[in-house]
Amino acid sequence: MLWKVLLLLGLSSAWAQKLCSPGASDGYKVRLSINSALGDQAYVWNENEMFLFRATLAFAMRTYSDGQEYDVANVVVCDETPRVSFWFVVTSPLDASLLVDKRRVEEAVRKSRSRINSAFLLTDDTLEFIGIPPTLEAPVAPDTPPWLIAFGVVMGGVGAGIVVLLVSSVVQKIRKKRDGEEETGGKTENEAASDAIYNMSFSDDEPVTQM
Amino acid sequence: MTHDQTASLEEEEAGDRPKWDNKTQYMLTCVGFCVGLGNVWRFPYLCQSHGGGAFMIPFLILLVLEGIPLLHLEFAIGQRLRRGGLGVWAQIHPYLTGIGIASMCVSLTISLYYNTIIAWILWYLFNSFQEPLPWSQCPMNANLTGFVSECERSSPVDYFWYRETLNTTPTIEEDGGLQWWMVLCHICAWSLLYICIIRGIETTGKAVYVTSTLPYVVLTIFLIRGLTLKGSLDGVKFLFTPDLTELAKPSTWLDAGAQVFYSFSLAFGGLISFSSYNSVHNNCEQDAVIISIINGVTSVYAATVIYTIIGFRATERFDNCLSGNILTLLNVFELPEGDITDSNYNQVVQRLNETYPEVFQQLDLTTCNLNTFLIEGTGLAFIVFTEAITKMPVSPVWAVLFFIMLFCLGLSSMFGNIEGILVPLQDLKVFPKTWPKEAVTGVTCIVCCLVGLIFLQGSGNYWLSLFDTYGGSIPLLVVAFCEMVSVVYIYGIDRFNDDIKFMIGHKPNFFWQATWRVISPLIMFFILIFYFVTKLSEQLLYKVWDPESDKFPTLDEKQYPVWINVIIFILAGIPSLAVPLVSLALAFYCTVYVDSSVCSQEHGMYH
Repeated sequence: MLWKVLLLLGLSSAWAQKLCSPGASDGYKVRLSINSALGDQAYVWNENEMFLFRATLAFAMRTYSDGQEYDVANVVVCDETPRVSFWFVVTSPLDASLLVDKRRVEEAVRKSRSRINSAFLLTDDTLEFIGIPPTLEAPVAPDTPPWLIAFGVVMGGVGAGIVVLLVSSVVQKIRKKRDGEEETGGKTENEAASDAIYNMSFSDDEPVTQM
Repeated sequence: MTHDQTASLEEEEAGDRPKWDNKTQYMLTCVGFCVGLGNVWRFPYLCQSHGGGAFMIPFLILLVLEGIPLLHLEFAIGQRLRRGGLGVWAQIHPYLTGIGIASMCVSLTISLYYNTIIAWILWYLFNSFQEPLPWSQCPMNANLTGFVSECERSSPVDYFWYRETLNTTPTIEEDGGLQWWMVLCHICAWSLLYICIIRGIETTGKAVYVTSTLPYVVLTIFLIRGLTLKGSLDGVKFLFTPDLTELAKPSTWLDAGAQVFYSFSLAFGGLISFSSYNSVHNNCEQDAVIISIINGVTSVYAATVIYTIIGFRATERFDNCLSGNILTLLNVFELPEGDITDSNYNQVVQRLNETYPEVFQQLDLTTCNLNTFLIEGTGLAFIVFTEAITKMPVSPVWAVLFFIMLFCLGLSSMFGNIEGILVPLQDLKVFPKTWPKEAVTGVTCIVCCLVGLIFLQGSGNYWLSLFDTYGGSIPLLVVAFCEMVSVVYIYGIDRFNDDIKFMIGHKPNFFWQATWRVISPLIMFFILIFYFVTKLSEQLLYKVWDPESDKFPTLDEKQYPVWINVIIFILAGIPSLAVPLVSLALAFYCTVYVDSSVCSQEHGMYH
């Protein structure tokens, strides 16, 4: 009896190995770069980590695929390298010799990518599924572009400044004219000009050089 | 005009003519005019491409032999004759009015496009108030599957500059329409300029306290920041490593001479004008020497600071290139991480090449080279430096500081450019006397703003470099050469010496005599001939950003269309020819209408 069970197990694992091979049409290659992601905090890749991977993938298939009860055994891994890269295929829970279609696997991986990444403390760059590009986040677009706000502030300030300066020079001119008219007669232009010497802000109201 | 007449004229004018509030304002305005964007983005490039530390030798020699004498000349003539850039030449001899008109035209040409550069700087400044900076990453394409293709093929900084800022067209003939965001920044730039020059030097004198000093503060902050970054000292070493063989090449000396000349903002008329607002006994000799030294030192200082940051960027790029190659090798040969490091990279590469030559050839690894510095001009500021900033922590702060510094540098130069336009316009009586100063400056700014809209089209960048290459180079050299000859030989060097003795108390020594009479005119002449010959002999090509071309992302070279020659003639030929043509026209006019006021010399030479 025991030898039958052993034979069956051996056959099934051999069968499974045949399903998974590098370049399998329904399989994907995975590559991890743990050292570059975590540096000193890097963990060692071993059998237990591989088990976690298979379990995570089974979870993804359960949740985001057709709802069938995928198990760790349904995720078959092969061709591990020291780089930490390997190929995997997913078999159907109903029939161990049938592979789940590539696209369903891709869809499940895509939807649960962030869960898979965080299970291994990695990111989209350091845990790569070759052939499944990561879905890029839509950029946050603010309603008003920030540059318009900065522009508005500066233009507002400058506009206010120009208005203030123009109004102040107009006011000064009116005041000067009124002072000039109040004087009874004979204030010559020269004297009016020399009054202006002592108040520097008037000095530029006259046009400047003559040829 | 005798010396007594000058002294009494100064008293009479005290009510009419603007005056500096104090000497500091005058010095800061002149320093601000001289120290501009060229000190930051042209000098470091020239320095590094002409033999590093060795370039200092021709630069300093020509600074002393060419820059200082010309500067002293302009200051002295302005202070003595108490007129702006057009009035002094009319006073020396009415037929020389052409020089004044030429320098006014050049100031006008340069003001038009220079303020567009300030508009670009403002655009980058406004965009610096966000994290992450918009030029640090590529935008997404329409269906969010990846990045925009143009950006992916080039780089985020290139894309932001050529597409989101300029929205540049592939050729100068396609104008691409006005870019509304640039029009807004353009109006902002002209408004900021207007508010500073609204009442002439009364307002500019206040503005320069900030615009002339802030760049030095920012440069020092960047120096401190830069020195703490990895690779900065490599950059400085690269900049100053002397290559004495470069000194034998004439092009090094000519580039040094041209850089000294353009850096001093001579022949614009602005410096003459600023100097004329001084009291007549101001020590212009001392001022000339001090400002020249400040200008030279600023160039070297700015180059050092820029290259600490550039060195950091180059090291960063090199490290990234190396990491990229290492990753490719690890992935292809399935080696564990940590097998290949920076230190054993070369040995591993050699070993792999020997063991698996076919696989290796297919990989096509890029060779990582540290020497990718050679960029100048707008490329340095808007592409290279902005990229370096994105790699620094707290990037928005550095971006804001950098662009405020560029803005101040540009604005303080614009004050001098505008002075070179406004004062001649007043001298030519273009505006009615009754108009207040605010209206005169306002109308000038509005007209320049409208004409400057050419540079805001899709092809605006090409127009700008056209104006820069032809409108801002040859006419200035012609005017400067004519200035020297007029003062030394028409006004008379002996008269000039006496004037200076009257103004500052002692006759100019042998150094000034030698440089004014012989050395400086000769240098100007050689540079003029060299420029003329190179510009005429080279093919009229310009560099374009064309996503369709094969060389993308490198700039493609295209030929100018034929009608551009007309534009070039208007830009370079008309100001240069103004000198002899106006002279002939006036000679003809004055023989017919002998009594006209234009022909007589108000305070003539012969009194």
